[in-house]
Amino acid sequence: MNIFNIVIAGVGGQGVLMASKVLAESALACGMDVKQNEVHGMAQRGGSVISFVRIGEQVFSPVVMPGTADILISFEPLEALRYIHYLKPGGMLVYNKVAINPSTVASGLATYPGDVEQQITKACGNARGIEALSIAKKAGNAKAVNMVMVGSVMKNLPIDPLVVEGVVKSLSRDKGIDVNLKALSGGAAAA
Amino acid sequence: MKKIISGNEAIALSFGDSGGVFASGYPGTPSTETLEEVARLGEVYCEWAPNEKVALESAIGASIAGGRTMATMKHVGVNVAADALMTLTYTGVNAGLILMVADDPGMHSSQNEQDSRNYAKFAKVPMLDPSDSQEAYDFVRAGFELSEQFDTPVMLRTTTRISHAKGCVEPQEKIAPQIGEWVKNVPKYVMLPNFGKIQHVAVEARLLKLQEFAETTPLNRVEMGDTDLGILTSGISYQHVKEAYPDASILKLGLAHPLPEKMIREFAGRVKRFMIVEEMDAIFEEQVRAMGIRVDIGKDRISYCGEVNADIIRIAAGDAAAVVSKAPVENLPQRPPTFCPGCAHRGVFSILSKLKVFVSGDIGCYTLGALPPMNAMHTTICMGASISAAHGMAKVNEISGRTEKPVAVIGDSTFFHSGITGLLSMSYNNGSALVIIMDNRTTGMTGGQENPGSGSILQGESARQVDMVALVKVLGIDNVVEINSYNLAETEAAIRKGLETPGPYVLVDKNPCILRYRVKKPVLSVNPDKCSGCSACLKAACVALGLTSTGDKPKVAIDPNICNGCGVCAQLCKFDAMSAA
Ligand SMILES: Cc1ncc(C[n+]2csc(CCOP(=O)(O)OP(=O)(O)O)c2C)c(N)n1
Repeated sequence: MNIFNIVIAGVGGQGVLMASKVLAESALACGMDVKQNEVHGMAQRGGSVISFVRIGEQVFSPVVMPGTADILISFEPLEALRYIHYLKPGGMLVYNKVAINPSTVASGLATYPGDVEQQITKACGNARGIEALSIAKKAGNAKAVNMVMVGSVMKNLPIDPLVVEGVVKSLSRDKGIDVNLKALSGGAAAA
Repeated sequence: MKKIISGNEAIALSFGDSGGVFASGYPGTPSTETLEEVARLGEVYCEWAPNEKVALESAIGASIAGGRTMATMKHVGVNVAADALMTLTYTGVNAGLILMVADDPGMHSSQNEQDSRNYAKFAKVPMLDPSDSQEAYDFVRAGFELSEQFDTPVMLRTTTRISHAKGCVEPQEKIAPQIGEWVKNVPKYVMLPNFGKIQHVAVEARLLKLQEFAETTPLNRVEMGDTDLGILTSGISYQHVKEAYPDASILKLGLAHPLPEKMIREFAGRVKRFMIVEEMDAIFEEQVRAMGIRVDIGKDRISYCGEVNADIIRIAAGDAAAVVSKAPVENLPQRPPTFCPGCAHRGVFSILSKLKVFVSGDIGCYTLGALPPMNAMHTTICMGASISAAHGMAKVNEISGRTEKPVAVIGDSTFFHSGITGLLSMSYNNGSALVIIMDNRTTGMTGGQENPGSGSILQGESARQVDMVALVKVLGIDNVVEINSYNLAETEAAIRKGLETPGPYVLVDKNPCILRYRVKKPVLSVNPDKCSGCSACLKAACVALGLTSTGDKPKVAIDPNICNGCGVCAQLCKFDAMSAA
């Protein structure tokens, strides 16, 4: 039973769920079994969000257990650190270097760890940070950070990148297609 | 064609594919998307009810009128609908009726962790417990058949990981809806004591027949494997069992109530160690033990609290965890949900926080006012309790000679759900509390659903919009004042007036939910020469604000990508440092 486990982390409103959908639909299009799961509800209120995508011949549980993720994609550095223990030994992390203050920091109750990137590299030997926001802006929309992040791991997935592109096309609306595809290839180039 | 959809979407799809005619529900995580998807698919009539009791009662009417029907709600919604359910079980149905209930083990977004399987036992009705999206789809159809065959409401129970997890679904052939006769049948549907007595006997007989059915239905199945360990399980726990022990023998129940006694006895007899894996309560285990069947591993090793996973199961069965992961990084700043930048709730709570009054709270986005730095909500029990509890507090205060007036804060959806009756009681019983209705014209916390005050229905088309102020007045409240919570000085004055005036006093804030109605106001910025770094504005608990340590001392900056220009921080600033960018 060889299951490929992906964990996607971020902040409510960043498009974690759409990124998960793209990966799940792509796996399905490749004829694999897939389960995808995130907990929403409070997700839109700026809270921490975590989503799982599990791909394989037959997938049972929709939940990725800590210590078993092949890839962790994090849309924010602090959230990368929060979920870094989900990675299996040797697992890969790609994170967006742009920090977003949690409400606890914004209201002065906590401080954002200044050494977040050092802590990440210490905890994971296979971590890469990318400037997802500027890549997204260059592609035409700051909101396309999620597609940049998908692009950044595209060649590390058990899925043909062309299939991912096809799914992104089919899920995007008119003008969004161009932006999203640019974001996807921008992410791929940055990683 | 195979699709990858969530359990909720699968239920919605199957409802339409299985001859469904009428669906009603009230939003509640993790059930909400079910009805939204029925609406999106657009094939079957559906609507939001003001609360779960109304949803189920409307579904009862639909069934009596001959249409297959479904009511959807979260676990605590069944408490509200329970009065209807407990007698619906006596009347039975005409066309098939499904009560879909979504439990939330682990309390990802709920106020408690109750196990709805108790209700199936309590109401003596069959309950289906799907273990993935495909079964969620299939069990809707099976549920209608069961409902009509046994003349009973059927509960279809999900948990968060079924409702929200996506998996592959192969839809079945579509059945066209067939609307049956609208029959008058007094002994069946009029539960006077003399008819009720007869129906109770029928309920007990029905349960025996359902038990027999449970023994042979393909909804329950034995997967015989290694006989060293045999596991009885259902729902999402089945998936975790398969992860933990792919080769073990499993008795998987699709029908979580009533239990197939013979099947369980035989299965337990064939395995060396008999284990029961169930999240939350020991519903199966208690019944199995009462049958006189030995249980080797059960709730003594698996917590009543929270979710189950593969390693919890392995450890309970005496094995090591399959993976040993590193410990999570400690001492990271938390990232709890918070008021959105621009949210109309922020102003009111910064004032309540400053005035240090006792706030009897309710359930909705405004519950976040209980968190630091506001700390301005002191009770949250269940929907509607803010007003009725404030009334009780005020009465005890009056009796004890305390002069402080309690403040109730409630959202529009919650007010329509069950706040109206509390306010009626306060008015009728000569109570004295300040009630603030945050009328943002949407059911915000669950994702922005329509309600009787939003002016549109589930499908988005325009609808009659209740007049909140008129509604409050008609309950007998003379002091009703509209406020604009973006103006702090005015709002504070209104709150103070309400606290000083004896008797019930209601304030209504009508600013819309900025998320739902996509309100975008011009961004503010901070003049660093004026900012003293005093941090008074940080009390607004807005993620757009942050102290930056450039220069000699830290000053506040506003992130223009996040700010929504509400101006609350600017009004908290004593140095006039914020202005439109
Ligand atoms: C009995 C019950 N049904 C449903 C829910 C789910 N729920 C939590 S908050 C909420 C409504 C919030 O809407 P509103 O009162 O308008 O406040 P807002 O979130 O918009 O501020 C609902 C439906 C619940 N907690 N209890």
